[in-house]
Amino acid sequence: MTDKISVSGAIAAALAGLLAALLIIPIWGILATVIGLQPNILPVAIACAAGLGHGVAYSVLTSLQIRKNLRALISTATGVTVFLALSRGMPFGLPLENAGLFWGGGGALISFIGVEFIVRSSLDGLAIGKFTRDDTELLFLRTLRLYGFAFFIVIVAAPFYYMIVSSFKKRAELLIDPLDLSLNFSQGFQSLFVGYWEVIVNFNFGRYILTSGFVSLTTVIVTLLLAVPGAYAVSRLRFPGRVLMSNSILLIYMFPAIVLVIPLYSVFSQLGLRDTLVGLLIVYPAATLPVTLYMLQGYFRSIPSELEEAGLIDGCSRVGIIWRITLPLSVPALASVSIYTFMIAWNEFLFAFMFLDNPEIFTLSRGIVSLNSSEVPRQFLMAGAVIVTLPVMIIFLWLERFMVAGLTAGSVKG
Amino acid sequence: MSLKKMTMRQKEVMLAYGMLIPPVTIVFLIVLFPVLADIWISFKDIQLADLRAPTPSVSERVSEDPQNGTVTVLYRLRNRSSRGAVEDIVLRDTVPAGLSARDVPQFCEIDEDAITCSYEIWPPRFREDISILFDATPEFFASGINPRDSETTTTGHSVNALLDFNFTLDNFRKVFSQREFWKSVRITVIYTVFGTIGAIALGLFAALLMNTSFRGRAVIRGLLLFPFVAPVIAVAFTWVFFLDPFSGVLNMLLVRYELVEAPINFLGTRVMPIELFGFVVQFPVALATVIAFEAWRYFPLSFLFILARLQALPSDIYEAADIDGASPIQKFRFVTMPQLVGILSILFMLRFIWTFNKFDDIFLMTGGNAGTRTLTVGVYDQAFALSNLGAGAAVSVVIFFMLAIFMVFYFIFMPKGEML
Repeated sequence: MTDKISVSGAIAAALAGLLAALLIIPIWGILATVIGLQPNILPVAIACAAGLGHGVAYSVLTSLQIRKNLRALISTATGVTVFLALSRGMPFGLPLENAGLFWGGGGALISFIGVEFIVRSSLDGLAIGKFTRDDTELLFLRTLRLYGFAFFIVIVAAPFYYMIVSSFKKRAELLIDPLDLSLNFSQGFQSLFVGYWEVIVNFNFGRYILTSGFVSLTTVIVTLLLAVPGAYAVSRLRFPGRVLMSNSILLIYMFPAIVLVIPLYSVFSQLGLRDTLVGLLIVYPAATLPVTLYMLQGYFRSIPSELEEAGLIDGCSRVGIIWRITLPLSVPALASVSIYTFMIAWNEFLFAFMFLDNPEIFTLSRGIVSLNSSEVPRQFLMAGAVIVTLPVMIIFLWLERFMVAGLTAGSVKG
Repeated sequence: MSLKKMTMRQKEVMLAYGMLIPPVTIVFLIVLFPVLADIWISFKDIQLADLRAPTPSVSERVSEDPQNGTVTVLYRLRNRSSRGAVEDIVLRDTVPAGLSARDVPQFCEIDEDAITCSYEIWPPRFREDISILFDATPEFFASGINPRDSETTTTGHSVNALLDFNFTLDNFRKVFSQREFWKSVRITVIYTVFGTIGAIALGLFAALLMNTSFRGRAVIRGLLLFPFVAPVIAVAFTWVFFLDPFSGVLNMLLVRYELVEAPINFLGTRVMPIELFGFVVQFPVALATVIAFEAWRYFPLSFLFILARLQALPSDIYEAADIDGASPIQKFRFVTMPQLVGILSILFMLRFIWTFNKFDDIFLMTGGNAGTRTLTVGVYDQAFALSNLGAGAAVSVVIFFMLAIFMVFYFIFMPKGEML
């Protein structure tokens, strides 16, 4: 840094420090809360003051042209000191020694190292000497980004973390401190997993897992058997009505499932198909076919038709061509479609809920609804929720590439 | 025309139809047929119970009187259905040897060893007892045969309530006259508009954040898709417990840090007065919560699309903006945003229709209570909670009608050449 820092630069640094502390200190406080410490104040004002101090120290040291590492050391120390001094050695109203080193002094140190890191990276490359409009906006956008990331990570991760933790928490533990979201490993493996054990053994979830798996896989197979020829016809063969077909495929998706339920419920009841898996296996492929057709026909179209023409000239039949040429070339699309279909069938709730009354043939979604009663501990229901979520998540993380392609094609479906 | 004589072209057409018939049939049966059936049902008086056809039921009682040498057989005839009649009922039972009837009731005939009763119609809730007095021989009493040992059979047929030709406008009259219905329409519109805007705004924000490369980007992108990928049943219950007024973490945090005085029942409070700049606003808490859930669950989709769009933007337009001296916010406002208008409007229209159609999420979170009864939840309530299929179908028809209007808008205003 060659320029001396200007007034606007100093204000920017101070502001960056303040905003960083305003983000980090509450996160620290909430983390302390959910591991079972019981803080009772969220020191917002103190955090702001300490962040401000940190930022001012940073800008003064910059204008004195102190080396980066020393600057970091001094400004972090300033932040920690101001914070601990203003909170009178009791961050969040907890005595330092009671709260433990990590959540006391150590926590403050980690927090202000975080502040230092944020201040440095948000001022990185900005002409701190003469702060221009671009610099101001960039600083603003960088701070917004920081808050944005924190916001999204919290809103997405918090419910899932809560789901997992609740599945390990006994009712008594919840009563003692509902805010304690730490896992108590000391009680032993068996006691920790009691919710899963109960649900799988006593509430028959082992069977539901198999049923859900069977229904989902069969849906995938039936959908593919129907969709591959259909999509091939729309994309490759010429016939009257082809344009109409390919335009109206997705229109089907605009009809809400709940209004299909009344007639299907009525007719299936009278045909004796309602409380059966066969009934579900008729509905599910129909629900996934439009997107599957749409996606596959798009993919088939992208395969050069010369390859197939060569096969035709060599005397291969159409069916032979699909089997030997088109399908092997379409493996990525088939994978996406299969995963998408599997996910829709696995997650499906409405039809399973409306159709199935017999506990012997419940799918997981339907089984979880039956756990939603005041007699069943919440822990069991959450264990069920984790069980139904886990396979989708594993498949998702494992095959994210295909999954994203399937989701974007299937996006029309909500 | 035999297959051999067909031209290649004709064969191709035949093959295409052959390949298309299975998927088209199943989609037609499961999607289009129900749409038409809803219209049919909405004009009929059908209750959930009507799906089970009314059947004649008969129970038999026997009292023996050996001293007088008589046996009395009592048949209780019932049509348990409260709404459907049974027609052409025939009741058959065997008469054991040694019994002879003193008198034969109306509609019945008794020959040597059988009794047959025929009725034209049993109206709903029909109940009648017929009692027949038999003279019995001593051999009958000695044999120990009970007339109940032989099974009484009844046959009869009833009109399928779904298929008759009685139409009525009562369902529509009933639905439209309810104040609840018009409230439902308003709630649906609010839910749809804010749910759609919320999901797209969050998606746009997330896409802009993720439109740079940094370490761990793939992981965070995967994480951001979680709400959409997870089963609705799992995330809905998680939210319900998370927001619980008695033991939910959110309320506990708010109370501990004294941000609120008393826990808020997020999913059970219809309105809560909130003071804003001296004005008291009646804030619909439960509705806002389900809207937040909708935005949370579906922002990943908008995020995926907008991100794909952002990454396809050519870099030269930004270089041009740099040369012109545009500031970062100006670049976003005047370069990025205009490029996103197309995808945003498509997303808006599709999400609008899908949010409008949404049922599971609200049903699982509030069951339609506390001012969150959208039209789709209304369909369920009418048809299954109140067991009135006809009224439920009438609400469905209203939904179709509104959807049709949206789709016309969609096709008129969809930017040409813009594809997902």
